[in-house]
Amino acid sequence: MSLALDAPAPVGFAEKIWRINWGLVLVLSAIAGVGVLALYSAAGGRFEPWAARHAVRYGAALGLMLVVALIHPKVWLALAWPIYIVSMLLLVAVDVVGKIGMGAQRWLVIGPMQVQPSEIAKVAVILVLARYYHGLRKEEASKFLYTLPPLAIILAPVGLVMVQPDLGTALMVLMGGAALLFVAGVRLWMFLAAAVGAVACLPIGWSLMHEYQRKRVLTFLDPDRDPLGAGYHITQSKIAIGSGGLFGKGFLKGTQSSLNFLPEKQTDFIFTTFVEEWGMAGAMVLLALFALVLVWGFSISLRCQHHFGRLVALGVTAMMFLYVFINTAMVMGLLPVVGVPLPLVSNGGTAMVSVMFACGLLIGVNVYRDAQLPRTR
Amino acid sequence: MMRYRKGDGERSSLFTRRSLLLGGAQALLLSALAGRLYQLQVVETDRFTTQAEENRINLRLLPPSRGLIFDRGGQPLAVNRNNFRAMATSDRGRGVEVVVERLDSIFNLGEAERNRLLRELRRSRNAQPVVVRENLGWEEVARLEFNAPDLPGVFIDLGQTRDYPEGELMSHIVGYTGRVADEDLAGRDDPVLQLATMRFGKKGVERSLEDQLRGRAGAVQVEVNAVGRVVRELDRTEGQPGANTLLTIDLELQRFVAERMKEHQSGSVVVMDVVTGDILAMVSTPGFDPNTFARGITQSEWRDLLDSPERPLNNKSIAGVYPPGSTYKMVTALAALESKAIDPWTRLPCNGFLELGNIKFHCWLKGGHGSTNVVEALAHSCDCFFYEAARKAGIDRIADMANRLGFGRVSELGLPGESTGIQPSRSWKQEKLGKPWQHGDTFNLGIGQGYMAATPLQLAIMTARIANGGYEVQPNLLLASATSREELAPPAPRDKPSAPSLRLNPQHLAMVREGMVQVVQSGTANHLRVDGNGKVIDPAYRFAGKTGTAQVKRITERERDMGITQAQLPWHLRHHALFVCFGPVDNPRYACAVIVEHGMAGGTTAGPIGRDVLIETMKRDPSRRTEGFKKMASR
Repeated sequence: MSLALDAPAPVGFAEKIWRINWGLVLVLSAIAGVGVLALYSAAGGRFEPWAARHAVRYGAALGLMLVVALIHPKVWLALAWPIYIVSMLLLVAVDVVGKIGMGAQRWLVIGPMQVQPSEIAKVAVILVLARYYHGLRKEEASKFLYTLPPLAIILAPVGLVMVQPDLGTALMVLMGGAALLFVAGVRLWMFLAAAVGAVACLPIGWSLMHEYQRKRVLTFLDPDRDPLGAGYHITQSKIAIGSGGLFGKGFLKGTQSSLNFLPEKQTDFIFTTFVEEWGMAGAMVLLALFALVLVWGFSISLRCQHHFGRLVALGVTAMMFLYVFINTAMVMGLLPVVGVPLPLVSNGGTAMVSVMFACGLLIGVNVYRDAQLPRTR
Repeated sequence: MMRYRKGDGERSSLFTRRSLLLGGAQALLLSALAGRLYQLQVVETDRFTTQAEENRINLRLLPPSRGLIFDRGGQPLAVNRNNFRAMATSDRGRGVEVVVERLDSIFNLGEAERNRLLRELRRSRNAQPVVVRENLGWEEVARLEFNAPDLPGVFIDLGQTRDYPEGELMSHIVGYTGRVADEDLAGRDDPVLQLATMRFGKKGVERSLEDQLRGRAGAVQVEVNAVGRVVRELDRTEGQPGANTLLTIDLELQRFVAERMKEHQSGSVVVMDVVTGDILAMVSTPGFDPNTFARGITQSEWRDLLDSPERPLNNKSIAGVYPPGSTYKMVTALAALESKAIDPWTRLPCNGFLELGNIKFHCWLKGGHGSTNVVEALAHSCDCFFYEAARKAGIDRIADMANRLGFGRVSELGLPGESTGIQPSRSWKQEKLGKPWQHGDTFNLGIGQGYMAATPLQLAIMTARIANGGYEVQPNLLLASATSREELAPPAPRDKPSAPSLRLNPQHLAMVREGMVQVVQSGTANHLRVDGNGKVIDPAYRFAGKTGTAQVKRITERERDMGITQAQLPWHLRHHALFVCFGPVDNPRYACAVIVEHGMAGGTTAGPIGRDVLIETMKRDPSRRTEGFKKMASR
């Protein structure tokens, strides 16, 4: 055995830079560019108040992403639990503040920053699950008993987020976690059992839901139930998308958004704003850009030589997919209205930072794809 | 090395398999998204495009400006005034409570108004604006503008309201407008009536000419945003303003009459052109101020009007019914003459009363008039003559003659609320009271008492038909009507009646007219030979008339014996005073009927008013004078 085979030579700084997926960075920037365009139009053809800030924010987040990408995975391996625990504490704090403030509260003010702990939790769950399965053998991973801790890891933040209440984020953490368990080797019967259990628990979940959440589900099942009330948003969004047609009404010519028939046109319904003006052609281009990000994610994940990196990359990819799918399916009336933004396009700082942070982790996996990580639990 | 890689191969291949499965699932779901896009944007795009247009484009009606009303000389009676109104729209009823509360703090709306606003705002779904408050002053407009950022959906709208410059003077004729009521919509499908700001004629000419005055609505296509605020105008079709109208009323004459009636609590005067039927003045006192209705009458103002014993809302000229008393004697005389029950030379005796069985029918003159012919009987209003003449003619002939002279039916005047009065007959009594007609009823009817009831307008019509030589002239209020002001002008004067003849013997009519001349020259109203200052009336303005004093309450034998005078009775039990007249005697042109409610004696109370009004009318001679008409285009 040669030493060279046993321990590859450390990667130099230039090599690290070279290993950054610059193509992926370009695609992400293109998506953020679409965001600037859509926000410019949503403001009636002005850079204020959204488009300019969006661009600046993306620039800053891009820097953060590159920094994160250059941090060695062993650091994340070591920090996984501390980050998770801090995010749980913050979630509890948000719930408590929300209770005191009498209302839905999703963020905390820490110094000059508004922190949305649920965004940190999304990343933290990925890191902790990846670390956990990194330390398990295949046989162990498939055992029921070894599946209980990850279940707790997932359900703790899900429960705390549900209390806020933030159904969208809870769903994302739950489904993102499930995707990780699936690729980590959890037996399929356990997923089936969980699915059956979930269906059985539906009535209980229904009774725990808030009135507005129930209304949204009912409205989703039958949008014409109350076209001017709860179904209004989704009806107007479908009208906007449908009236866009194949090539759209043209930049700055969307009537539904400029005349304010669209709700939340700069945040959760930004996809609608964009598609009304750019049509199906524009929508397909945007979806293709996101699909490229996913393909990149899978390929990074599959090329990685350590289990931690594979799992982190796949977790980030799954999170990205869930963001895109839940948001677009919602605005097209395929899913109930839940508050999930379209990553890098919707206005809003916290989601942008957490998505770019996650992308930084993803690229980091590629940069350190042949790092050797100890199996610790 | 082994430490890191041991067992990694197995789990790595499982990971690869499962991630490929996961990737496949994601690809499937993304294709589903693409499929949905195809469904919305290609398959169903037409439907959604239409819906987007419906969202965006709103058709709004432009209320037409209401036609103006003038007197025959072109003096304005009903005009439109700019009206700043606060309007509100709601975003499907969201947040209206807050807006209404803020409006309340600005306008001090009060409980009832607040509830009305909340109700209307919640009900208004397609962003149709609702009226908050009308006739805003500058200060209120300014306060609203200042608070505009806190009042989403509230805006100021410039509309028009009705203004009645003559107020009470023309109240009963012109009437007033109000909000469109459900019963107003019956048979009218004009969409403009659905507008909250639209007004509808409720009384008077405003009501009877509603469909001409209203005009046709224009429409404007506007682009609106989600809260219904207009972003820009896309298309506009102009409507047509309502027709402007000249009434037959001579405003100055009307003013003169009203002035003359001031000394009495309650009454009515109708002045009519006997040739054309034009109503030149029609006064009912007291009146009311129609402007209080235009600006929105309060509950207490409305109560006061309703509860007044003098019934100010009531147009007594057409809706007040009174026993005509002796003014009816012309009908009896004509019926008897035409039926040949008497001839012009027939003399009938009077010794103060007539007996029918054991009932005594008194003449107003205690000792009686002796023997009189029809002219003398009219001049002195001998009751006995007309008891006997009525008996000879019979109820059927009298009722027939009365109908031909206009009693017991609604005229063609067209004002809402006109009463038929009561013209008793055999069939009428059988139908209404279930009793057969009695001789005594004929006696009473002969002197215009008993069941008989007539409106002042009917008395004027009767007088006009006698004066004009027996033409069935109909009263008329509408002189001319035209949409453009330039075309609005009175028609050329007319001297021959166009109405059909009643085919009465001219000699008989001449006898009756002669009787009415004698009333003023030597009879019951000979004090009217001179004017108010005691000067003999200019021969050109000589007139003929007939007094009437109508019992409100039966005079008992005991009262007759005690000699209780009318002035000793409470106001509401006193006799009504009536006077009908026409002039000039040589070539009759104008007729006038006067009723002073509870005025006690026709000759002394109503007579002087009739004389002064008729002379003033003849002096003004409005029917033949058109130079007084002001060209409206010059304004």
